[in-house]
Amino acid sequence: MADTVQVWSTGLQASSAQPSATEKLRLFLRRRSTVAFLMCLPLIVIITFLVIYPAFYSIYLSMLNKTQTRFIGLGNFQFLLSRDVFRMVVEQTAIFALSAVFFKALIGLITAHLINNLPAKGQRKWRGMLLVPWVIPLALSSLGWWWLFDPTHSAFNYILESLGFNQIGWLSNPYWARFSVILVNVWYGAPFFLIMYLAALKSVPEQLYEAASIDGASAWQKFVHITLPMMRNIIAITVLFSLIVTFANFDIVQIMTAGGPRNMTHVFATYAFMLGIRSGDLPLGAATSLFMFPILGVAAILILRGVRKRGREIG
Amino acid sequence: MSTAAVTAPVRQSISIGSSLRRNRRWALITSYIFLVIFAVFFLIPPYYMVVTALKSDAEVARMATNPWIIADGVTLDQFKILLTQTDFLVFFKNTIIVTVCVVAITMVVSVLAAFSLGRMKFWGSSILATGIFLTYLVPDTLLFIPLFQIVKSVGLLNSYWGMVLVYPTLTVPFCTWIMIGYFQSIPKELDEAALIDGAGHMQMLTKIFIPVALPGIIAAMIFAFTVSWAAFVYPMAFLYSADQQVLTVGTVTSLIRGDVYKWGMLMAGALVAAAPPLVIYAFLMDYYIAGLTSGATKG
Repeated sequence: MADTVQVWSTGLQASSAQPSATEKLRLFLRRRSTVAFLMCLPLIVIITFLVIYPAFYSIYLSMLNKTQTRFIGLGNFQFLLSRDVFRMVVEQTAIFALSAVFFKALIGLITAHLINNLPAKGQRKWRGMLLVPWVIPLALSSLGWWWLFDPTHSAFNYILESLGFNQIGWLSNPYWARFSVILVNVWYGAPFFLIMYLAALKSVPEQLYEAASIDGASAWQKFVHITLPMMRNIIAITVLFSLIVTFANFDIVQIMTAGGPRNMTHVFATYAFMLGIRSGDLPLGAATSLFMFPILGVAAILILRGVRKRGREIG
Repeated sequence: MSTAAVTAPVRQSISIGSSLRRNRRWALITSYIFLVIFAVFFLIPPYYMVVTALKSDAEVARMATNPWIIADGVTLDQFKILLTQTDFLVFFKNTIIVTVCVVAITMVVSVLAAFSLGRMKFWGSSILATGIFLTYLVPDTLLFIPLFQIVKSVGLLNSYWGMVLVYPTLTVPFCTWIMIGYFQSIPKELDEAALIDGAGHMQMLTKIFIPVALPGIIAAMIFAFTVSWAAFVYPMAFLYSADQQVLTVGTVTSLIRGDVYKWGMLMAGALVAAAPPLVIYAFLMDYYIAGLTSGATKG
């Protein structure tokens, strides 16, 4: 409001004393919208050159041959789709992402409720303890898990043996390897759900539960009829967000199995890394990671809708 | 509940009260039991990493003894080997340089942008804000191959300065997004008062918005720090010599020599590398959690 007054008064001065070109430039630079745009400029530059440009460049790159000398259209995509290994990668990525997100959400929901049940002063301590997996850089905790799964020294196998069971080839048996990478992902991601749910649980008005208690509702009824509806939006956002991150996960598989045994644990990201960086076929690698795009795009749009809705509900 | 107690016969109300209390106590006990189970699951890897790092090589290699406890006594040999005989300190130095630069760049870029987008609308600003949020959802594994070409073309392949160039794509969108939320929550009257007093936009930002939104700025800084400290895909793809390597990739790849895995030393390295984020988390947990949750709760 004050701004328009300012512009108006300087405009009066300008009309009386014929503004020079530098004067005009100064006026332009002092305008509110110009200042605002200039403040955004560094961000726009970063996003344009390091996100949008690479994204489109990736599409172009994926249509070149290995030496990047010839345009081959959709040849790389056709080649990938015709390969059994790639189909297995698609399947494994879906198994990996869906099952990991499901168990993360479940464990997060359970632990959030358990912590919420505690007396207020104990909650902080438990919350602090259960968030530790999220705080350790994933690459480093994956290394720790790898050591726990080590074929000759596995500490889990030590327990199994002392209980009279057979040893398990955690990372050498393809199916156990699939289980192991999912387990590590659940371990890493569940605390994120915990913290999101706990924040959402705190925002549910206490009166609703009191009213339900008076009406004689059981704990389960309260959960189904109060907690879930109140938290539906935040649960949806968290699940979709986690789906994106899990879908695009790289660290765990790369460190623990590098895609093996028999390419059974590869996900899109590690397969793209193997083709693009390790084997030096950048176009084929770019094509592989582009296969992630449709599902990520859908999830992103749904998240955006959820966040906007939530923004309206709050404010 | 109190009205029910008044109307109901006295004896019945007492029995309901005590059974409620007993139910609550049982709920509490089962909560604790399950929380302990989950805590064990969550803390097994860090515990085992600490135990391994404090063992001697001989004990780590021995198969017969219980691996979960330290039988031969605690030793700091693994940390000594790590710091004197490996490139670990080089990785540490590189990571600190990269992280400090990235946090500084991120904060300048995102605070300016968030102030402008949250407070001073201009043509296309709401589309830009939405775009920023969508950028945040673009994972690094979608972009590392085209970025490989870009980093190569500007001559920063195998240089940690290349990381300073590309990490802001991971940090800036989210930090801007949560700062927009914080800035928008500041009452409008504050900046009108400042404008009447003759403050410019920059003064308004540095004298009012940054001090008032300091909790948000700290949360954003912690986020930028943890992300650039833990980044793995980009250094894995763009860095290959030890003198340029950062901690995450250096610990996972360079410390492993040949077929013999020195697990004691590896675990010591992983622990030291994970220590800075853990220390920050321990001291600034509330800011850390605020940064984590505000992405979805502030719209």
